[in-house]
Amino acid sequence: MPRAKLEVPCKLEKLSVLDPDGKVDAKLDPKLPDNDLLKLYKTMWQTRLLDERCLHMQRQGRIGTYGPCKGQEATPLGVAYTLRKDDWYVPSYRELAGCLWRGWKIGRYMLWWGGHEEGSQIEEGVNDTPLAVPIASQCQYAMGIAWASKLRGEDTVCAAFCGDGGTSQGDFHEALNFAAVYKAPMVMVVQNNGWAISLPRDKQTAAQSIAQKAVAYGIDGIQIDGNDILGVIVAAREAVAKARKGGGPTLIEAITYRMAMHTTADDPKKYRSEEEVKAWEPKDPLTRFRKYLAQTKKILTDKVEKEIETQIREEIDEGVRIYESYELDQYAMFHNMYETPTPELRRQEAELRDYLENGRPDETPTEQSPTASERV
Amino acid sequence: MPQMTMVEALNKALFELMAEDKNVLVMGEDVGQDEGVFRVTARLLKEFGPDRCIDTPLAEAAIVGTAVGLAIRGFRPVCEMQFDGFSYQAFHHTEGHMRRFRNRTRGRYTVPMVLRMPYGGGIRAIEHHSEAPEATYAHLGGLKVVMPSGPRNARALLRAAILDPDPVVFMEPKAAYRAFREEVPDEPETLPIGKGQVAREGKDVTLITYAAMVRPTLEAAEELEDDYGIDAEVLDLLSVSPMDTDLINASIRKTGRAVVVHEAPRHCGVGGEIIARIVEDSLMYLEAPIKRVTGYDTIIPFFANERTWMPDVGKVVKAAVETVRF
Repeated sequence: MPRAKLEVPCKLEKLSVLDPDGKVDAKLDPKLPDNDLLKLYKTMWQTRLLDERCLHMQRQGRIGTYGPCKGQEATPLGVAYTLRKDDWYVPSYRELAGCLWRGWKIGRYMLWWGGHEEGSQIEEGVNDTPLAVPIASQCQYAMGIAWASKLRGEDTVCAAFCGDGGTSQGDFHEALNFAAVYKAPMVMVVQNNGWAISLPRDKQTAAQSIAQKAVAYGIDGIQIDGNDILGVIVAAREAVAKARKGGGPTLIEAITYRMAMHTTADDPKKYRSEEEVKAWEPKDPLTRFRKYLAQTKKILTDKVEKEIETQIREEIDEGVRIYESYELDQYAMFHNMYETPTPELRRQEAELRDYLENGRPDETPTEQSPTASERV
Repeated sequence: MPQMTMVEALNKALFELMAEDKNVLVMGEDVGQDEGVFRVTARLLKEFGPDRCIDTPLAEAAIVGTAVGLAIRGFRPVCEMQFDGFSYQAFHHTEGHMRRFRNRTRGRYTVPMVLRMPYGGGIRAIEHHSEAPEATYAHLGGLKVVMPSGPRNARALLRAAILDPDPVVFMEPKAAYRAFREEVPDEPETLPIGKGQVAREGKDVTLITYAAMVRPTLEAAEELEDDYGIDAEVLDLLSVSPMDTDLINASIRKTGRAVVVHEAPRHCGVGGEIIARIVEDSLMYLEAPIKRVTGYDTIIPFFANERTWMPDVGKVVKAAVETVRF
């Protein structure tokens, strides 16, 4: 037979559990304990408020350029919820909600945006990597981290994140290819927020979905409503459980929307319409979750809401205080390049110390400089 | 002590470390079943299995990128780049993560891995197989760049590189892989990274070099003595980052004259840094301007003309004589 249809085995699905009105699909409802739901709500709301605070502080010059995550809280949070403490969480830079769930300290998170390496010094006992800047490069070390679990015979899992723009990078492809070949316990989550700074999703790839890229790697792919915390949890739970059992990686495409600018350094009005942004407002993950908890589950009363708000605002204030009272060590850069600084680094540190402590030379030399022949 | 080629000596170091520490992994293209295109990874798959000597898919960026993740988890990956010119395919991981994790996380995560690659010309290879990119790597803080010159120091330095707590770029002079044999002791041996050696003592001029150029430079020193009556000292740096500044300056203060020899192009090459350190610390001891014998600031020619481009014994002799007669 010269020509036949090529059969490609694949599992490719689409999933949403909680609609924008807060109504849940009873068959798919993960039926989380009330306590967990309220904790998730607290973290999601805290993420929103901290994000707002960071934007304000950027405008006041109290932190540097800031990349807001408004509208993208549900996906990283839902994924983080399905991980064990000893699993690994590899963020890009818009996964704050999951970071807070995993135990990152607000003060330390702000240090990163405030220009301090110590913002990347993840808390001991938290198996996470810091914010990653070169797009999709983190997928590769995430794969290495997942691979380590397999090579060591551990059942820990690594969840990694990138955006829709990241899927155009070779690193995204190579990491998923390696993960698939070695059946590494990795969950690759793409936060498809529609925009890579100014480039829309339809100019990023001609593929109908990002989830379908899984087919080419020989792994499972699923597209979810990324603003639906319950749907995220259902999909991530399955992917994590499968990875933990040795079933290999899964690609999750979470459809979401970046409600604010890419970073405070750009103006989204230049590349997208305000109507488009407005159309996404009713799909907001936080208001949707609130409706579900208040109206469907009836566990979020005004009193509970007030208590949560007081607590999260206090925690944010405390984080800001810690960040702003942080004392810069101007010499720490010399001490962290190698376990033991090289002789040249020691020399350069001494040179800087001399400059910082003694400043410029005296304007009038005390004596005449010797000539070359007088020196030897 | 057995006589070994550099390939055999490097293999010995890998074999020993893999036997000693199960965290040591070897990974790369064709390193397992094929035992590496130069056979540096011979016997490793057979002895240690496919989870420790790993034939990876063909993607340099993923080899280095995933090794960073493995190293964060406590493994000590030794990645093989099949050729120098392909290491650029992985450059954004070498630069962006491998060298940065310790500093970025203030020591919370470290990356004790080795990036091995055969480097340099002289084996009549096709394009992209004859590069000397050491200055590119030496420019990056957080990396160490180690460049052995012979079987015995290659074995000792590779051992030191794998045991090092920081990432090491390990550049093996492929022209010297099988060019000569040396006695290599049975017992494990290391050399300190960042220390060079006096390869030949002399008093008239210091010839400073490393890796592939050590042998032709030593030959030039013999010729200088036999034909010109010039007693040249030869320094073998063994590591270009960190660089053994004390060794260089001690020799310059003795001879007052220097020629720097390396295969890589001249502009912003390691030679410029060597000379800068001499000027900073020993300017008043110099009796003559310092000369450089290097590759030219062109792309290394295809192999029909590579010998014209590369430094050779004659070029070193000429530069040394001119420096002494200045």
